[in-house]
Amino acid sequence: MATISVTKSPARARAFEISADEAKRLPWLLLTPGLIALAVVVAFPMLYSFYLSFTNYDLTRPTTEFIGLQNYIKLFSNATFWQAFGRTVLFMTLAVNLEFLIGLGIAQLMAKALLGRGLLRTVLMMPMMFAPVLVGFQFKWFFNDQVGLVNNLLYTITGQPHIIPWLVQVPLGFISILVAEIWMGVPFMVIILEAGILSLPTEPFEAAEVDGASGWQKFRHLTFPMIGPFIYTAMAIRSLDLARVYDVVSIMTGGGPGTRTELIWTYVYRLAFTGHDYATGSAMSYVTVIVSFLFTFFLFRNVIRSRWEGRE
Amino acid sequence: MSAVGYTKAGRRPRIGDYLRDAALYLIIFIFFLPVLWIILTSIRPNMEINTRPPIWIPRELTLDSYKILLGWPTPEGAFGLGSNIPFGQYARNSIIIATVSTLFSLTFGTLAGYAFARFAFKGKNGVFLGMMLARAVPGIALSLPLFVLYARLGLSDSILGMIITYVALNVPFTAWLMDGFFRAIPAELDEAALIDGCSRWSAFLRVDLPLALPGAAASGIFAFLTAWNEFALANVITRTPASRTFPPALYEFTGQFVSDWRGMCAMSVMMLIPAIIFVALVQRQLMTGLTSGAMKG
Repeated sequence: MATISVTKSPARARAFEISADEAKRLPWLLLTPGLIALAVVVAFPMLYSFYLSFTNYDLTRPTTEFIGLQNYIKLFSNATFWQAFGRTVLFMTLAVNLEFLIGLGIAQLMAKALLGRGLLRTVLMMPMMFAPVLVGFQFKWFFNDQVGLVNNLLYTITGQPHIIPWLVQVPLGFISILVAEIWMGVPFMVIILEAGILSLPTEPFEAAEVDGASGWQKFRHLTFPMIGPFIYTAMAIRSLDLARVYDVVSIMTGGGPGTRTELIWTYVYRLAFTGHDYATGSAMSYVTVIVSFLFTFFLFRNVIRSRWEGRE
Repeated sequence: MSAVGYTKAGRRPRIGDYLRDAALYLIIFIFFLPVLWIILTSIRPNMEINTRPPIWIPRELTLDSYKILLGWPTPEGAFGLGSNIPFGQYARNSIIIATVSTLFSLTFGTLAGYAFARFAFKGKNGVFLGMMLARAVPGIALSLPLFVLYARLGLSDSILGMIITYVALNVPFTAWLMDGFFRAIPAELDEAALIDGCSRWSAFLRVDLPLALPGAAASGIFAFLTAWNEFALANVITRTPASRTFPPALYEFTGQFVSDWRGMCAMSVMMLIPAIIFVALVQRQLMTGLTSGAMKG
């Protein structure tokens, strides 16, 4: 195995005039600045918060003691935690799948559009440019009970004032946040999936047409399996963004009222910064980290495989 | 690609095709509606926004909300919480933090991406996965220890602290994108340069870097927008106008008793302007970078 990926023949290897030693060192040298930045801002703080999660750390307490797993036990025996956890799983499952289904539908229509595809794509990309925090503020206002866009529409359509407290009532708050998240996520799905559909060869579809296949059959047996890698990329990147939901939720409801729309990320904020319980907050933040890591690891294992296998 | 006005299969469009397009336009319009509504609200008088029953078609347009935000003279009685907001200071902070952090993360990420794309080394997959995991740490989880650490180091509520944070935040994704762009350049070009007597370093500078420049522009803009839009960490690290950026500043439009939705819309539009310009400039390169994994797979 050569030490440099591009080395293929002895003549070329000589031309590099790079010693085996240098070839081993060079990539690490290139990686060093980035890795240092990550060590200082991510790795070290996360180790520190790992340590804090096993102590009774408090800004106002002069001494900090090691208390073992007590913070985690406190967390796991708390009903609010499990409710927030369950709600987060439900939220993510609904969000990613609905975004995918809506995105696939629009992508199919876009790929077949007769006119104005470029313009449509530009318009559709607008939500992607919104900061999640902007999306949060905008949808907080759209769902405002007094002057929000949604209640205004209901007023105009029915002719009577409706003061529906979208962000306060039980399933409505959850749904409102879901709508905001979907609005933010669908355009990205469409762009990637449409690129996939447009890249498909035309021959299999012509053959299927000759054989009298229906539109659904063509979609089910040709389009869907053939755009698999694009579906995978789109879902992977969207899932990596999952913690961005924090921005939206924290602004629209802050997890409230009470803990009605609490997700695991808003629960970290509530424990640490509202309740000043940094130690339990640290334990909680590790729950969110593990959730994200499981997602990332599962998804990127495959990305890595598709990227590097067969290249060396 | 089929000719304009014809379906993909090459036949003349039927009525069904037009209906399908009409449905598509309607769906896209629904997605566009919030954007339109924000822009429209920012240029309407407050009266019209808060009236019930609602007024849909504006009867009067005004730039008061922008004037209030920028501290320009406004007509008597124009209301807006924007007058309490040091907009210029926030703009300065946001621009400095996003620009400087982008320059550094782009440099670091490009070097890392080059290492991933052109070398086979032990632990490569491990480092790559480690970087992606570092990127996957939720901002809110990171905000807690950073808040405590920065307080001890005197970095809290400082522009320097924010820059360091965003450099690290952007390195992994930049490295991932740049890896894709470098791999798209044939390795033979590199080899030819090396055989002609270039050093590894000058081959990188003269061959790979110029060819990867459009990709680097896209990655840089992506990093800029991430820093420009970041909220979870900024909300905790920045405490005063000394270092506060736009995203946490939006809070200042929604008070407990009175909210200035028009002012918030005006500030939203201001925040969107760089995003719209940049994304329009590099959308093609960005899509190539994002989908290259799928194409190869």
